[in-house]
Amino acid sequence: MSTRAFGSRIQRNIDPQLLRGEGSFVDDIPLANALHVAFVRSPFARARINSIDVTAACTHPGVAAVYTCDNIGDLDLELPLLIPHSSMTDARTQRPLARGDVYYVGQTVAMVVAVDRYTAEDAAALVDVDYDPLEVEIDLEKAILDGSPLVHPTHPNNIAAHLVQVSGNPDRAIAEAEHVTRVRVQVDRSTAAAMECRAVAAIFDRVTGELTVWDGTQAPLSVRGGLASILNIDEDKVRVIAPNVGGGFGQKVLLFYPDELLVPFAARHLGRPVKYIEDRRENFVGSTQERTQIHTIELYAKKTGEVLALRDSFLHDTGAFIPYGIAVAQVASTSIAGPYRIPNIWVEFKAVYTPTVPVTPYRGCGRPHACFAIERAMDQLADDLGLDRFEIRRRNLIGDDEFPKLREGLLFADGLPVSLDSGQYHKALEMLHDKLDVANFAAEQQKAREAGRHLGLGMAFYVEGTGLGPYEGGHIKIHPITGKVYVNTGLTSQGQGHDTVFAQIVSDQLGVKVEDVILVEGDTKAFDWGVATFASRAAVVSGNAIHKSALIVRNKTLTAAANMLEASADDIELRDGAAWVKGTDRQVSLAAVATATNPLRYAFNESAKAATQFAPASRHDGPALGEGQAPGLEATDYYSPPCATWAYGVHGAILEVDPEICSVKVRRYVCIHDCGNMINPMIVEGQVMGGIAQGIGGAMYERIEFDTDGNMINANFVDFLVPYATEVPQVEILHLETPSPLNPLGVKGVGEAGCIPVGAVIASGIDDALRPFGAAPFQHIPITPSMIYAAVTGG
Amino acid sequence: MNRGTIRPKPQAISIDPKVAVNLSVNGETVSAEVSVRMLLSDFLRHELGLTGTHVGCEHGVCGACTVIIDGVAARSCLTFAVQAEGTNVRTIESVADDDGSLHPLQEAFRNCHALQCGYCTPGMIMNILSNLESDMPMDLSEEGIRVMLSGNLCRCTGYQNIVAAVRQAADALASR
Ligand code: FES
Ligand code: FES
Repeated sequence: MSTRAFGSRIQRNIDPQLLRGEGSFVDDIPLANALHVAFVRSPFARARINSIDVTAACTHPGVAAVYTCDNIGDLDLELPLLIPHSSMTDARTQRPLARGDVYYVGQTVAMVVAVDRYTAEDAAALVDVDYDPLEVEIDLEKAILDGSPLVHPTHPNNIAAHLVQVSGNPDRAIAEAEHVTRVRVQVDRSTAAAMECRAVAAIFDRVTGELTVWDGTQAPLSVRGGLASILNIDEDKVRVIAPNVGGGFGQKVLLFYPDELLVPFAARHLGRPVKYIEDRRENFVGSTQERTQIHTIELYAKKTGEVLALRDSFLHDTGAFIPYGIAVAQVASTSIAGPYRIPNIWVEFKAVYTPTVPVTPYRGCGRPHACFAIERAMDQLADDLGLDRFEIRRRNLIGDDEFPKLREGLLFADGLPVSLDSGQYHKALEMLHDKLDVANFAAEQQKAREAGRHLGLGMAFYVEGTGLGPYEGGHIKIHPITGKVYVNTGLTSQGQGHDTVFAQIVSDQLGVKVEDVILVEGDTKAFDWGVATFASRAAVVSGNAIHKSALIVRNKTLTAAANMLEASADDIELRDGAAWVKGTDRQVSLAAVATATNPLRYAFNESAKAATQFAPASRHDGPALGEGQAPGLEATDYYSPPCATWAYGVHGAILEVDPEICSVKVRRYVCIHDCGNMINPMIVEGQVMGGIAQGIGGAMYERIEFDTDGNMINANFVDFLVPYATEVPQVEILHLETPSPLNPLGVKGVGEAGCIPVGAVIASGIDDALRPFGAAPFQHIPITPSMIYAAVTGG
Repeated sequence: MNRGTIRPKPQAISIDPKVAVNLSVNGETVSAEVSVRMLLSDFLRHELGLTGTHVGCEHGVCGACTVIIDGVAARSCLTFAVQAEGTNVRTIESVADDDGSLHPLQEAFRNCHALQCGYCTPGMIMNILSNLESDMPMDLSEEGIRVMLSGNLCRCTGYQNIVAAVRQAADALASR
């Protein structure tokens, strides 16, 4: 048997194409005679629309159509609520084009379609909208006060959802506690900022009645379903393709953005291809964001540091609408106890409407917020009790023998109870301790201080519920002509390397080269069933589905090859693209086996000729296919996880704060990480490092800022600071591999891991560095130079 | 929707004033009439079909649109097509060999897993290539490479593998 592909650092199949500039992102797809879209967007955070005058825009040369809510027919509706939950009443969602009211700066009011984007933008400027601006309250804590201006008159105090979850018996535990630590933490708003903005293009073929939509979405199957139902076209006549997509990070999993409906609608209406290529400013003001939460967390402990109970109450900013339901807040609330035993939990949140860009998951989806809250509280508890930050964690981390650790009463975003399935938390902590050389750090820090330099050590532990259901599928077929293996799944990739990791899984079962496994995904014509790429679930859910399908195809192949080679199936091995009788040189190529299993065949090539020499090929004693038999070597199977599987890790950093210029330089950054069995460590590390870079952004640079009128004042890359190579530290990664007991491959997700603890690590490190200044702990991210200035000057 | 509705045929092109440009793109001579305000990035992508050059911000920050103009890395989103008059423009499509085999820099990117979604990659490559090909000595220290990359945003990789790829490519080219 050749070496196992699973677990190897294998180069990615997709790279040569992308490296040569031959990727096909939505705007790269040539559409002859395409028309282009520009939107008229609200300049007010909250206003009544008195009138919209499109006359001048309509007659502008080169304009094909101008749409408002009055001429889009069935599309003039409130968009669907994707994930209903009983904690929400009358959940509000957006209309594709505003009718009567606007709720945030950037909301789409009218759509212009013209010969090119330049002309469309000119015409959009000619649309005359008469608004009556209304009062707004942008501040989350003020928005819930009596008398604050309401985003939706239907929702008093702007409360969109309210949920309390309880695990254990917190009241009793609180009464028994000897100490309480209380911390208020805040995480500010950010955005995914994928390098490719969103994009949609569509053509409607009048002859066949087929609508084809290219959409940089993470969820093409759901987009297809929605388009079919809203545009009233048979599902089979709607094809949605997510081609190469330049990063997603959650922002592209929401549907529907207005353009995702309006562009296909216009393509059908105008009989021409139509495309909307979002620009960066539009991505800031028009595509969803995440992060703002304010937590007040209390840890009730014994003097030893053992935490008996946790109470957390937080506000979650959901923006002007809540199309994705409470997912972000729910994940935060159920992740709040992190990796700790804490047997008694009371956690409450209020999701609050603010007249700002709507909030839906961005990489991390509530986990970074929860991690920031619990880890900052743990650091504070350690300080309060005079314990070391590692020691407080040692006393509370879940032990290896305590898994599965069920947190009864807490329902995760999949609707299932939180149950941490496996891990070696204590070992991970000690690995970090060693790798960072914590034992010698205090001396180093002291020496540096004497030399006027301020070093700090920061650390944070995190857990990540991954691999959420409900299910995914995989279809596998061995191609009879080439012997290559085709794999289809309902997911999409935005750079995660599915085409390689799924190929590795299949390669091991079928004995073919990884590069001979061709993954086709992101196309609703390729696979009919599935959910989407989000929540660190691809490797777990699709990976296991593909693994199961591969096992079926493997067995079919063994049986057919045994028949052809007149051997027992037990004596057949699959390797090097062929079936071999073990220990002999008798073999038949997979192409020949695949051909032979198809009774209707032509001798197109050598493998087909070869196939005719074998027994089943010349069978004449009955129908070519027996009852219940199918031609070819293919299979489809599905995997539906019993519940989320929990990855975890612990990060630490040595950083230096310069109190003169209030800068922070990360000197070392260490990540100990466990996502179960790794399919491709190279890709895992890539995911982790990319996540950490985003975490660094969230910890120190990235903050969406609104003025008091609700204008986003940094809606560009000059003012919203995405880290460059000069801001992101070198990361040292050490792996642990504790298999998940929940799925056949033993894998856990990794997509969001990297970004989760970074804010807490940096805050903890800056605290440590600035201890001599007696500054209050940093409980608010991103930590800006002004905040450091305030801390070191006592202001 | 009304089946009988007349669908007005829009004017085929915009009414923007046009000017002639002549330039060389990846070694080929190009003569075209372009709108005065057409960006070079749009010209390359949509008039010449060279869609490997990507657009990430259109305001000169992300570097995804980087091409090489007369030997120097430049942002095609901050350049009008007319400004490219008389220049030699090179795009990502010219970097691999005609048979598709990768340039050592592209090889290094693949080896080091220096790309994920690949959207920033063409701009990264063109920036690095202009440095590798320049007469100025390159600073291949960690810090030096990061400064060299500091005009290109990548949201996926965390840059570490890109830094490694630059080093590997520089070594490979030096030993040739
Ligand atoms: S697209 Fe040109 S710099 Fe971003
Ligand atoms: S690889 Fe995705 S932005 Fe760089």
